[in-house]
Amino acid sequence: MNPFDVFSDWFMRLWHIPAVAWLSQLVLGLQNGAFYAMLSLGLAVIFGMLNIINFAHGALFMMGAFVTWMLANYIGIGYFPALILAPLIVAAFGLVLERTLISRLYGLDHLYGLLLTFGLALIIEGLFRNTYGSSGLPYSPPGALQGATNLGFMYMPNYRGWVVFVALVVCLATWFLIEKTSLGATLRAATENAALVRAFGVNVPRLITLTYAGGVGLAALAGVLAAPIYSVNPNMGSQVINTVFAVVVIGGMGSILGSVITGFMLGVIEGLTKVALPQFSGAVVFAFMIVVLLVQPRGLFGKAA
Amino acid sequence: MNVKRRALLASAAAAAALPLRRGRAQGKPGIKIGVLNDQSGTYRDVTGPLSVACARQAVDELGDIGFPVEVVVGDHQNKPDIGASIARQWFDRDGVDMILDVPTSSVALAVANIAKEKNKAYVNSGGATPDLTGAQCNPQTVHWTYDTYMLARSTGGATVKNGGDTWFFITANYVFGQQLQRDTSRFVTQGGGKVLGAAIYPFPETTDFSSFLLQAQSSGAKVVGLANAGGDTVNCVKQAHEFGLTAGGVKLAALLGSLQVVDSLTLDVAQGLLITESFYWDLNDRTRAFTKRLEVRTGGVPCNAVQAGCYGGTIHYLKAVRAIGVDKARDGAAVIAQMKAMPTDDDAFGKGRIREDGRNLCPAYLFEVKKPSESKGRWDYYNLIATTSGEDAAPPLADEHCPMVKS
Repeated sequence: MNPFDVFSDWFMRLWHIPAVAWLSQLVLGLQNGAFYAMLSLGLAVIFGMLNIINFAHGALFMMGAFVTWMLANYIGIGYFPALILAPLIVAAFGLVLERTLISRLYGLDHLYGLLLTFGLALIIEGLFRNTYGSSGLPYSPPGALQGATNLGFMYMPNYRGWVVFVALVVCLATWFLIEKTSLGATLRAATENAALVRAFGVNVPRLITLTYAGGVGLAALAGVLAAPIYSVNPNMGSQVINTVFAVVVIGGMGSILGSVITGFMLGVIEGLTKVALPQFSGAVVFAFMIVVLLVQPRGLFGKAA
Repeated sequence: MNVKRRALLASAAAAAALPLRRGRAQGKPGIKIGVLNDQSGTYRDVTGPLSVACARQAVDELGDIGFPVEVVVGDHQNKPDIGASIARQWFDRDGVDMILDVPTSSVALAVANIAKEKNKAYVNSGGATPDLTGAQCNPQTVHWTYDTYMLARSTGGATVKNGGDTWFFITANYVFGQQLQRDTSRFVTQGGGKVLGAAIYPFPETTDFSSFLLQAQSSGAKVVGLANAGGDTVNCVKQAHEFGLTAGGVKLAALLGSLQVVDSLTLDVAQGLLITESFYWDLNDRTRAFTKRLEVRTGGVPCNAVQAGCYGGTIHYLKAVRAIGVDKARDGAAVIAQMKAMPTDDDAFGKGRIREDGRNLCPAYLFEVKKPSESKGRWDYYNLIATTSGEDAAPPLADEHCPMVKS
């Protein structure tokens, strides 16, 4: 078959995909985008405020899911309390990491932070694999969110709608906190000129520690949301983290709103590719990243220097 | 540079594992078996420490067979370069006589070449590629437990016979997934069934399969074949349950599934799933007795077919060594020839034989995962629905192009 025939076959196949199929892929894309948005939001906050490229983000996302499972299996705490508790527990872990290890690297090149957090990710995943094995643990959606709703064009599990809802609320709240409150203003000022802010009597190191813990908490919250959908296994973080880094780069390093919008947008682009050309769906995000970097090297929402 | 460092790490890991039982090997010349598999990654649960336990169980059960036997362990991390460097070191320096298990097809084939080069015995249980006894066969290799041909024939062929005659595939886009899809499609069509379509997804970066599951659903196929493994299979089944595919009457066939996959899904989610394995602990009195004996070692966790293959393979290998003597058994081709000459018989796989290309002819069983109400407890997961004989479950000699057989 010559290349033209291959292309026309493909095009005819696309032509025959009914509109409802595209519509349902759009909805699924938004759901995946919700995870990308929440994870890249945490990364963007940490990078924007601490200048650390947090490679441990995937491992912390995984920990969020595992802590949810542990809460349910060891002390019988259900999904909804875990939604609050698990991020707090993992954030506390992040706090310890930041105080004991990461804070020592602030004066150094980006590369050191990247290496340290990458190493931490490997250690955390290895520990979980040795303890809980590699095949994954079961976790079901809470009773109130089980079942599905007929949207007319697709059968949508209620739980997935809930994920999109929570992600939107959390992303907006984070954006509001950082861009519109006085705490956020102090935080942003501290990253611009720490010495000056300290002169005003603000405890800058503490502010930074809390920011890291907050970013980690966001990753863990995404982990809690993921537990009922994906297999809870030690590799779950490293599988999504590459895409999430691409999202941050496309949105513009450090841009809060940019990473949220890009997260949802790429979820949708990836979803549509899954119908049009499934084999390409893993690469489409990176192809998009290359185009964006060529046209707009700072990312879609990155600020000019 | 990178490769060197990896090799160094690998040999360090192997060296650490070695001194464990050296004491026993002194005095009489003994046999050393090296279990080489994934001890720390994706396939840890389906091979890993339980494979080692099965090999040790075999050694202990045979008791005093006239020579000491030592079992050592290596972690190949699913990387061919690491697997190859451990295998070389074992054969060259550490006096290992036989390498066992070796999941992940790429590593399995790399080790087969080294076994041939060094003329040492190689009993593979974890690898899925039929090339081990096909195009890349050699006189030093036995392939014990399964290959993609067996999975395709059992799951594809038997399911069509039971009425599942229209198929849609969700396929991991690499050699293993493609081969599994192609082979299974062949048996589906031969049996009078029809393949309605396939979604080929990028591996390993896909975690959300809902999109492909909806495509499968709208194709109207009665059976969705999952041509993937491990965590991908778990995610597919979990999400198919979420989107109500299985509740709507669609059958899922995990082309490479195992007991551990079902355990991590729970019966509520996995019920009705079709899986082919060549061993199940609750198959008959002999498998139950074997599992009971193994419990002491594993804390009550039953093994899957690959792990049981490490037991069956070790039993048969040691019997062959006993038959020709330890000195002659240092010659890999000689001991493997003896394994082919003797009929096999162990509690996990029953009676059988090894074909001249090195393929162990064990039957393939098609299982359906039980409903939660049918199960009497953890690990009571399978109902047997079809059996394919050992002869039928192996690729026909004429088709597999093993150069050793032609001559």
